[in-house]
Formats: sequence, C-alpha cells, structure tokens
Amino acid sequence: MIKKDIKKRILICSGTSGVSAGCEKVRKRFEDELKKRGISGDWEIVSVGDRGLFRDVLVDIIDDSGRVNYEYVAPEDVENIADSHLAGGKVYRERLAGDDYKKFFEKQTRIVLSNCGEIDPDKIEEYIASQGYAALKKALGTPAEEIIEQVKESGLKGRGGAGFPAGLKWEFTRNAPGDEKYVVCNADEGDPGAFMDRSILEGDPHSVIEGMTIAGYAVGAGEGFIYCRAEYPLAIKKLSRAITLAEKEGFLGDNILGSGFSFRLQVKEGAGAFVCGEETALIASIEGRRGMPVPRPPFPAVEGLWGKPTLINNVETIANVRHIILKGAEWFSSMGSEKSKGTKVFALAGKVKNTGLVEVPMGTTLRELIFGPGGGMADRKSEFKGVQIGGPSGGCLPSELLDTPIDYESLNATGAIMGSGGMIVMDAGSCMVDIAKFFLDFTVAESCGKCVPCRVGLKRMQEVISLITSGEGREEHIAFLKDMAPTIKNTALCGLGNTAPSPVLTTLRYFADEYNAHIRERKCPSLVCTELLKFEINEELCKKCGKCLPVCPSDAIRWKKKEFARIDKDKCIKCRACINECPFRAIE
Amino acid sequence: MNSKTDLSKVNEIIEGYRSKKGSLIPLLQDIQSVFGYVPEEAVNIIARELEIYPVDIYGILTFYSQFYMEPRGKHIIRVCQGTACHVMGGKEMLGFLSDELGIEDGESTKDGIFFLERVACLGCCGMAPVVMIDDNFHGRCTIGSLRKLIEQYRSKD
Repeated sequence: MIKKDIKKRILICSGTSGVSAGCEKVRKRFEDELKKRGISGDWEIVSVGDRGLFRDVLVDIIDDSGRVNYEYVAPEDVENIADSHLAGGKVYRERLAGDDYKKFFEKQTRIVLSNCGEIDPDKIEEYIASQGYAALKKALGTPAEEIIEQVKESGLKGRGGAGFPAGLKWEFTRNAPGDEKYVVCNADEGDPGAFMDRSILEGDPHSVIEGMTIAGYAVGAGEGFIYCRAEYPLAIKKLSRAITLAEKEGFLGDNILGSGFSFRLQVKEGAGAFVCGEETALIASIEGRRGMPVPRPPFPAVEGLWGKPTLINNVETIANVRHIILKGAEWFSSMGSEKSKGTKVFALAGKVKNTGLVEVPMGTTLRELIFGPGGGMADRKSEFKGVQIGGPSGGCLPSELLDTPIDYESLNATGAIMGSGGMIVMDAGSCMVDIAKFFLDFTVAESCGKCVPCRVGLKRMQEVISLITSGEGREEHIAFLKDMAPTIKNTALCGLGNTAPSPVLTTLRYFADEYNAHIRERKCPSLVCTELLKFEINEELCKKCGKCLPVCPSDAIRWKKKEFARIDKDKCIKCRACINECPFRAIE
Repeated sequence: MNSKTDLSKVNEIIEGYRSKKGSLIPLLQDIQSVFGYVPEEAVNIIARELEIYPVDIYGILTFYSQFYMEPRGKHIIRVCQGTACHVMGGKEMLGFLSDELGIEDGESTKDGIFFLERVACLGCCGMAPVVMIDDNFHGRCTIGSLRKLIEQYRSKD
C-alpha cells in the first residue's frame, strides 16, 4: 500500500534501459544515504518503468515544493543529491535535467506512455490511483455492442504495422459464430529498432491487462493470451506479477467486479522467431507448433486459435483501449490526421541526439519529430541523410521527405510503412546499400521457408546485393532487383515476405546514386562497405591529429606527432574503428 | 548427461504439462532452463511419454532460434545486430568478439567459458551498440570496452 502520509517520493527509472544503466546501484545508494541521515521514513523510493529517454540514470524527486528531474545520475552522485536536495531542500544543479531533456518531453502527447516512468508497475494501487481499471468498470456496465461501436468511432487502427481498423476486427470476432473465443495480444515485438511494446509491458502492464479484459468482454471471449518474445524477460516478469495482482483484486478471473463476466489471462513466451509476429504464425506458435503462416482467409477473427474466433491486437493498440473507453471516441479522434487518429509511439534511435520513445499525435511530420523531441543530429557537424522507418517491412526516406506527415496513408505513399514505429536516423556515415543488405540478411534469416517467393526470391536478392556491396556489382543487378522485388511483394504468402523488399525498393528509389557509386566507381561513399575500402590514409585530408591511433584494436596504426598516420595492412582487421573516429574522413 | 537424476528431472517437467494443450514449446523451454540445452535423450523421453514423433520435437527445436541442442559455454555473449546497433557499429563489435575469442556465431570457446551469438534486437536501441553477457546489458560498446569486459570474465573463471 502507498503510505498516504508519505508525500515525498524518489522515482528511479528501472525498466530494461534503467537496469542496464545501473539503476539498481543508484537505488541502493539512495537507500543507504536515507538511512545514514535517519530520514528513511520520510521518503519513498519507487522503481518506476522507463520514461522513454535513454539517459543513465533518470531520477525524479517529488516533495512539497514540486518535482525535480535529474538525469545521468551515477551512484557516486547520490550522496550529493541526498545532501543538497533530500536533506537540505536545495536542488543539486550538477545533474539537473537539461534543455534536451525538457525538449524531449515537452513536445510529446503521452497517452499510451502516460504511466511509464510515473508509477511502480508492481503496485496495482498505483495503477488504480491513475484511473486504472475505471475503464473496465465502465465497460462492464455498457452493452458489448456499444463498446465496439466506440472503438470503431474512435478510428483506432492496429499499431503493429498494417493499420487495420481495430473496431472492425472486434466486430468480426464478436459476430463470428461460436461460443468459445479468444483474445490474443501480440507482444512479439520482433522489428529490430522497435521497443515501445517492451516499455509499455514493463512500465504499465495493467493497461494491457485492462485493455484485453475489455476486449474479451466486447467480443465475448473468456480467455486471453499475451504472446511475448522471450528476449524480454523483465516484461514477462512484470506482466506475470501484474496478472496475479489483478486476479487478486478481482479485475481478472471469475465474475469480474460482480458483472457475471469471466476472463482469464496467461502469458505465452515466444522462442525466437520473427515470423511469429504474423498473426497466423503466432497462433501456430501458441498451439505449440512451428510458427509458419497460413493463407488468409479464413481470418483469425473467424478461425483462429484452436480453430476458434480470435481477436489479435498489438500491445500499443490494446493499451489505447482504456483511454478510449474512459474519455470517449470523440476525444480520441480529435487527435491525429484525417484518416489516422490518436497518437503513435516511435522508437527513435541511431544518430539522433535524444534516443528513446516518443509519443506524438498522428500527422506530426518526420522533421517535427526528429528535430523536436529527437533534438536533431547527435553530432552537430553531421548532416541528416535519411531515416529508416518501419523496420524490415519499411523503408529509408531521404531529407527531401522530412516534411511527410507521419500517418498510415502518407507513409504508404512514400513506399515506407508505419510499421511498428521503429525510426533509425542516419547520417553520411550510413551506407544505404548496406542498410538494404542488412534488412535482407535479416529477412532471409527469419523467413520461415514455407513459400517460394520469400524463401528463394529474397535469397536471390540478397546474393545480388552482396555482390554490389563487395564491389562486383553490375548494371543489370539493379534491373534484377527492380524486377524481383515487386514479384515477391505480390506473391509471398504473408506480411513478412510481402514487405521484405521495401528497404531495397525505397533505397533504390531515393538513394540511387549510392548504388551507382558502388557499381560504377566501385566506391562506398559512406565508407561502410569494407570490401570497397582500401584502408589507406588520404594525405590530402589527414590532419595528423592521431585520433585514430588509440581506437585501433589490432595495433595496426603508426603515428607520430606532426606526421601522417600509417596503416599496416598485415595487422589491420578492417574493423573500421579508425574510420568512425577520424573527424576528417581521411581513411579510405 | 549420464546421471539418472538428470533424466528424472525430464519426467518431472513432462508431468507438469501432460494435460495442457499447446504445451510443447514451454515444456522444451523448461528442459532447456534446467540443462542449458535440450539433450537428445530428453527428446526421446518426451516423444515416448507424450506419444508424439521425435521429428515433431526436432521441428520445433530447429525452427525457433532460442533452442540449443548442444551444451553452450558458461557465459553467453549476445551481440545485438538490430538496426540501431548496425548503424552504430554492431557488426564491428561482433567481428571483434569473433576474432578475439576465435569462434563464430553460435559457437563456444574450447575452454568452455564463452558462447557467442548474434541476436536480432535486444530492444535497447537507444544505447547502441549493445552487447549482453549473461543477464547484463552493456550499452554504447566500443572495441576497447569489450576487450576489458572479456578480460574481466576471463580472470573471474
């Protein structure tokens, strides 16, 4: 229970990124420092989920005089913070959150993420205090058809990638004949570069439980599964604990809140297969089989888990539900663009200053996002070159398209897709041909092998693009890629194969000059493709600074003050550490 | 895998799942968490007890990347090869570790200390490039920081 008399709280971000940044040590130090001063009783230390910004470690201190944000808090800072803030009531300026921090949060509209970094996910009472389970109460007193109508009216679309209207899915499942139905939450967040689902599950697991229970009531299901990838051990732990607590409080189980409606929920752990994010493959995996997709129709809404009507929604979609029920469809649809309503969480990473999760209304432009909360490029001197959006199913967009509004329709028009919301910012040091190859390597490895276009077609594309990056590219390779890509797009069995050529198609469309440089000049302008690099110092560009010397792991660089650096090719392992370090791009 | 107690553990795990549908994957996950991999003998016992063909079990084991059919080194090194890590140097990190340890992706060192594998995405993109050793995440890695880490683990064992 929250001790009501304690108003003073120390919030420590303790999700996966918090843990990796050392939040546990920081927490321990706070405990020690409070004890040392004999003020342990006055303060409550709360391990909250990640707030979304990657800063090691984020700590908030809340007392009568307000709330103060600290960033980059190391264990050795805790003593100073305790001295000045906890004991002395004076802000410790050294670790005070700066302008970038403010900019990151100021420009967001946090709905799905509203509880992340604010409440202790292990304490159900904190969730309840933030209007938790109020939507469930409201929903249970409303006819199921009306709930579905509200979700339809809100305009909520699937946040997992394809953007299918959620309300319609609900309606199809409800109307499908059968007494036994299921609700499945797709938490198999496999897209490299997306981590919003993990943060929601870790930081606000009850919002997913509440959303699923409402969905279960609306479609007439008595049982639900959350299929979570095994790479997220902390999320699975938080979720399992939250389910137990919700059962204890009567929000799950038999006769929920005396309504007569019963709903059970269990977590199913994935076993490492990207294709299981595809709904029919996911169903096969829950049933204990190899996760291979089957043709649709029949859609899972009609014939899903164990052949029964099944509603499958993504984590972020489900997490929106309680807000829609509580505040109404009109409130939700007032946000966003004409056809894409509400907000979307993006995972911003790569060469951008502020990396982390950003929630903004649909229709925000790429520029507003990357240069707003994102804070622009990490390295002031580097220039924005492109952004990869939507993971292996998405595409790379160039700077000319920075003013594209982020909604399903506008992104589809560019050849990229919304996808799950991964967004990787790139500068001159990223080779677009290499990025296309990277995604092909990924989809080839993750293809389940069931259909020929995906199994063989992607492999052929991968072989050709490998020739290009290794300096053996020919003009006809481009024509081959342009021919093969749409063929796979149109003929593959599932979404994985249908969208896998997108990274190649978008880079061909927007960065054709880079392909040409690889093929015609046998050069990688971004100095990434190692087989096209000589690993020699260009003496016209070298400023004799010696920065390359200490980063070389194989002792291959010779340098003396006021002399050009030299690379010993026998020792060089082509790791590119020197290239990344050189400010003058003098290593070719 | 030669002592009898080991095998009885397999039977114990099977009992917990006998009447549950769709339980083959969690059952194999439990077996793996006990042994560190799924031993051939365990596959045979499961097949016999649950009256399924061993091939169906191998089908699962080879389909999902998280199952291992051989013992792995003591410390599991996972090198993230997600998009953000790729852009920030994940490939170089994997290359370095592979050179330094003398093993490729999916192999263990001869001394049995390390097992190296590439993973698609660990979901810590903001700290790229990321390397995970056992349960510990290491963010913003450099070749220098990895060299130190490896030395630490080596000296511990």
